[in-house]
Amino acid sequence: MTAIIVPCYNESASILGVIGRLKECCPDAAVIVVNDCSSDDSAQKVAADGRAVLLNMPINSGIGATVQTGLQYAAVHGYDYAVKCDGDGQHPAEKIGDLLSLLLTDEADMVIGSRFLEHGGSKSTYCRRFGIGFFGILNSLITRCRISDNTSGFRAYNRRALEFLARYYPSFDYPEPEEVILMWRNGFRIREISTPMRDRQGGVSSINFHHSIYYMIKVSFSIIIAAVRPKV
Amino acid sequence: MRIQLISLALSLLFLIFLLVQIYRQRLKEAYALLWLLTGVGVVILAAFPQLLFYISNLVGIFYPPATIFLFAIMLLFLIVLQYSMVLSKQNEAIRTLSQKLALLEQEVRNKHDD
Repeated sequence: MTAIIVPCYNESASILGVIGRLKECCPDAAVIVVNDCSSDDSAQKVAADGRAVLLNMPINSGIGATVQTGLQYAAVHGYDYAVKCDGDGQHPAEKIGDLLSLLLTDEADMVIGSRFLEHGGSKSTYCRRFGIGFFGILNSLITRCRISDNTSGFRAYNRRALEFLARYYPSFDYPEPEEVILMWRNGFRIREISTPMRDRQGGVSSINFHHSIYYMIKVSFSIIIAAVRPKV
Repeated sequence: MRIQLISLALSLLFLIFLLVQIYRQRLKEAYALLWLLTGVGVVILAAFPQLLFYISNLVGIFYPPATIFLFAIMLLFLIVLQYSMVLSKQNEAIRTLSQKLALLEQEVRNKHDD
């Protein structure tokens, strides 16, 4: 049984399309939309649509806490696998099967959908590519294994990993790179597969120019802290 | 001499104000300790100003008022740091509560629909 967790903050333009695609590609999976107190009508649309389970954060809590709530739902309701997929349509739903297949054969505990494992996967800006490359190098230095895209939010977890993250998910903003280190530090097996991402169907990235310096410093800092922290 | 009496009166007032707030439970003891330390220090200094010269001499500060600034900044620094730590803890608590609430609200809505 698989739960697909879709964090949603003001994704009114794309959210129903995303749910539709997920239901089309994974008809047996439950779609769990976690609405982080959107100020638009995303929540009403999802509720009226009725195909997805809707969780409403009572206050705007940030992506980390929002995703973790979805993982907690999956843990409490006994799901064997969880997939994290953005609400803006960037993550290709048809690749979820590929993510899960490495979990089903027990080759990994967590699978990341990477934009850079093969060339030509992404049309990101140079600035963003630089940031992602920088974290990739930092990440490789710490874990001594190559992870090409540790900022990707397109991920799948097995039961052990999702139970762990339901308790210990990084709480602050921009949690993805820190999550990789946390999982590595605690002995989870991480694998990547290539998943070219589409352009977002609506909404804006949570990382704009003004935040990028803060983002770089914060993420580098939290990666290093996560790496030296003891196992939980 | 007059300034000594005024500063003593003011610092005593400050200390009494602190104690009243703690007594009325408007200020939690855990957060009040650093403030109490400040209050008591100020009262002692106001009562015995010579102490300031003695301490300055002892730690090698040439200009005695600088000693006051040094200790004031150190104490404020500690108090602000304590606030950051309390804030972090409360952030964590709020996050846990929000998540529990989100899950419970879904459960209630689900039961209601059945």
